[in-house]
Amino acid sequence: MDHKLGEEVNSRFGKRIGEALADPQIRRNFRNALDGVMAKRAEQFPDPDELWQLRNLDKAIRANSLHKLPQLLEQLEQQLTDNGIQVHWAVDGEEANKIVSDILDGRGVKKIIKGKSMVTEETGLNHHLEQLGYEVIESDLGEYIIQLAEEPPSHIVAPAIHKSRLEIADLFAEKFPDIPYTDDVDEMTHSARLILRKEFASADAGISGVNFAVAETGTLCLVENEGNGRLSTTAPPIHIAVTGIEKVVEKLSDVPPLLSILTRSATGQPITTYFNMISSPRKEHELDGPEEVHLVLLDNGRSAIREDDELDATLRCIRCGACINHCPVYVRVGGHAYGTVYPGPIGSVLEPQRLGIHEAGKLATACSLCGRCGEVCPVKIPLPQLINRIRAESNEAASDSTVRGHNSLRNQKEVLTWKLWSALYCSPLLYGLFTRTATVLRVLAPSKLGAWTRYRKAPKPAARSLHAMAARKGVDHE
Amino acid sequence: MSNQTTDTHVYLFGTCLIDLLYPDAGMASIELLQNAGIQVIFPPAQSCCGQPAFNSGFRSEAREVARKQLDCFPKSYPVVVPSASCAGMMKHHWPELFEGNRDEERAYEIASRVYELTEYLVDRLDYQPVDKGESTTVAIHSSCSALREMGVADRIEKLVGGLQQVTCVEQAYKSECCGFGGTFAVKQPEISGAMVTEKAASIRDTGAERLISQDCGCLMNIGGAFEKQGEGPECQHIAEFLLERSNGS
Repeated sequence: MDHKLGEEVNSRFGKRIGEALADPQIRRNFRNALDGVMAKRAEQFPDPDELWQLRNLDKAIRANSLHKLPQLLEQLEQQLTDNGIQVHWAVDGEEANKIVSDILDGRGVKKIIKGKSMVTEETGLNHHLEQLGYEVIESDLGEYIIQLAEEPPSHIVAPAIHKSRLEIADLFAEKFPDIPYTDDVDEMTHSARLILRKEFASADAGISGVNFAVAETGTLCLVENEGNGRLSTTAPPIHIAVTGIEKVVEKLSDVPPLLSILTRSATGQPITTYFNMISSPRKEHELDGPEEVHLVLLDNGRSAIREDDELDATLRCIRCGACINHCPVYVRVGGHAYGTVYPGPIGSVLEPQRLGIHEAGKLATACSLCGRCGEVCPVKIPLPQLINRIRAESNEAASDSTVRGHNSLRNQKEVLTWKLWSALYCSPLLYGLFTRTATVLRVLAPSKLGAWTRYRKAPKPAARSLHAMAARKGVDHE
Repeated sequence: MSNQTTDTHVYLFGTCLIDLLYPDAGMASIELLQNAGIQVIFPPAQSCCGQPAFNSGFRSEAREVARKQLDCFPKSYPVVVPSASCAGMMKHHWPELFEGNRDEERAYEIASRVYELTEYLVDRLDYQPVDKGESTTVAIHSSCSALREMGVADRIEKLVGGLQQVTCVEQAYKSECCGFGGTFAVKQPEISGAMVTEKAASIRDTGAERLISQDCGCLMNIGGAFEKQGEGPECQHIAEFLLERSNGS
C-alpha cells in the first residue's frame, strides 16, 4: 500500500484499478473466496419468505435506532456508567485516538492486543499508538496476517481475503524462519495460535470493536469466531472498546434478530463460535475479566450523514460485508483498489460522505448498478439507489445538500454533453434529424470508440430507425 | 395476474438504443403483440426514458427528457417496453425523479402501467409461444434490471422453455452483470471490459448457438465482445427470437 487509507482516493482510483485488474492472482483469490462465501450464505436462507420477513424486521430495528439516536446514546451512556463502564465521546478519529492513548498513558502499558475493529482502521489507531511507542498486536487471524504483511484490510469481515493459502504460507516462512514450512491451513492456524496465546497472556491492554451496543441494558456485544475477541477483552487488565455511534440498538431483544442475520449474511454461519456480551468490568467477587472497561463512541461524520433523509440509510449498516461479497466490481478489483477503509458497495456510499465527494466521490462510478448488493443487504439499505444519489451529489446536488464536497466532481465538458443530450432528446424534430442522419450515414459511424472498442466492436446504427420502420409499416401513432 | 386480458391497445415505448441500433427488435415486439390481437400504438414523439443521464448523476437533464415522454401516453393503455432496464427506469425511477414536482402524479400514473415486454406477454396475454423452427440450443442472459429491479427474469425463461425445439443451456455465473451499466462502461472502461470479457467466455463455453436476452444493452455489450474476439453465438432479442420461431424461419 503506497500511502494511508482514505487519502487521495479520487486521484489514485484509476491507477489502483488498473493494477488490480492486471494481477491475475488477486482476481483468482477473490473469485475463489467469494464464490465460497456466497454459496454458504445462500444455503443459510433456503426460505425466501423467512429472509424477507427477517430483513424487514432488522431494517426496522436499525431504522428505529437511528431515528432515536440522540436519546438512545444518552441512555446507553447512563446504563454503561451505572454498570461501571467509562464512556468517552470523540468527534473525529484524531480525538478518538487521543482518548485511547490518554487512557493508556502513565499506566505502565507496553503491549496492546487488539480484537478486530474496522472503526480503529478508520481512525488509524494502530499507527497512532505505535508512534507513541506501544507494541500493538492484531489477534484476529486475518488481521494478524495483514499486520505481518504490513497491508491494510481488503475486506471488512475477512481482512486477508486477497491472499491465497500459499501466499500466507510464504509470509509465515519469511516472518518465522524457526517454524518449519507448511501450507496446511490447520498447521498454520496452530502456529499463529501458539504465538498469539503468549501475546494475550502478556498484553497490558486490549482494544476491540463493538457489533451492537444495547442502550436498555448497557451491554456491548461482540461477534467473533476465534476467541480472540474474548481474550482481548478479558485477559488484559484494561479493555477499551471503540465503535461508531450508529451501532447502538434500543433493546436487548433487538439483538437476536440482528445477530441471526449478521452471521448468516457475513460468513454463511447460523451462529458464530463466540458471541460476547460485555456488561461491566470485573466485579469484586469475580476471578477474571478486566479491571476497567472503556467505550469510545466515535462520530466522525456520522451525525452529518444522519441529517439526510435518504442517505441516512447508510448508517443502518451492520458491517456484514454481504454487499461486498456479491459485488461484480469488488470481485475483480479487490478491496485495496478502493483506497478506503470500507470497500465495495457500502464503501462507495459511506466513504464519499465520510471523506467528502472531493476526496472519494469517484468510488460511486465503479458500479454498474446491477443491484446485487441491495438484494442481499440484511437491513435493506437501497445501495444502488444511494450510489446513484452519490453520483448526483458529485455533479448536480440539490441546493440544500448537506453532503460534504457536493458538486466537486462537476466538470464543464460533461455538463455540456448532458445539456446537448437533453436538448436533442427533448426535441422530436432534432431527435428525428439526428436518427435520420445517423442511419443514412451509418457507414461513416466510427469503428473506434475509445475504451469501448478495446474490448468490443463498435455498434453500428441500423439502416432505418424504429421510428422510420414503424411509420413505413403504418403502425398506429395515436 | 390475468390471462384473460381485456387490453385492446398498448403503447410501445421503443427505447433510444433499439430505435437507432436494433430497430428489428422493436418491430418484432410490435408484430408479436399485433399477432396476439393487440392494437399497438407507437407514439412518434418518444425518444428516451432519461436513464443515461439519471444514472450519471445529471438528474435535471434526465427529468427534462423524461418529462417529454410523459406526453406520449395520454390514454390509460399499458406501456410495453422491450427492455427491462428502460422499463425499470420508467416504473421505479420516474416517480422518484418527479417527486415533489408538478408532474409527479402523471409520472406515478404512467409508471403503474409500464410493463417489460416478456412480463406483458406472460402476465397479461398468457402468451403461448409457437415453435415452427429447427432444433437449436440457446443461452439466456437476463439483464440485471430484469433479474433484480423488475424481478421479471423468469418470464423469458418461461417463454423460451415453451419452445419445443429449443434447448436451453446455462452459462457459469449466469446472474452476474455483463458489465454494461450504461455510462459505467465509459467511466470505468477497464472494469467493464474485464466483466464483459469473462461474461462472453462463460457464454461461449456453453456451446449455445444463440444468446437471447430481453435487453439490447446487454446484447450490444456481449455481442460486441464476441465480435471483437472473433467467436461467439449470434445475439438476438427475445422478441425477434419468438417471432422467428413462430414463423419457422
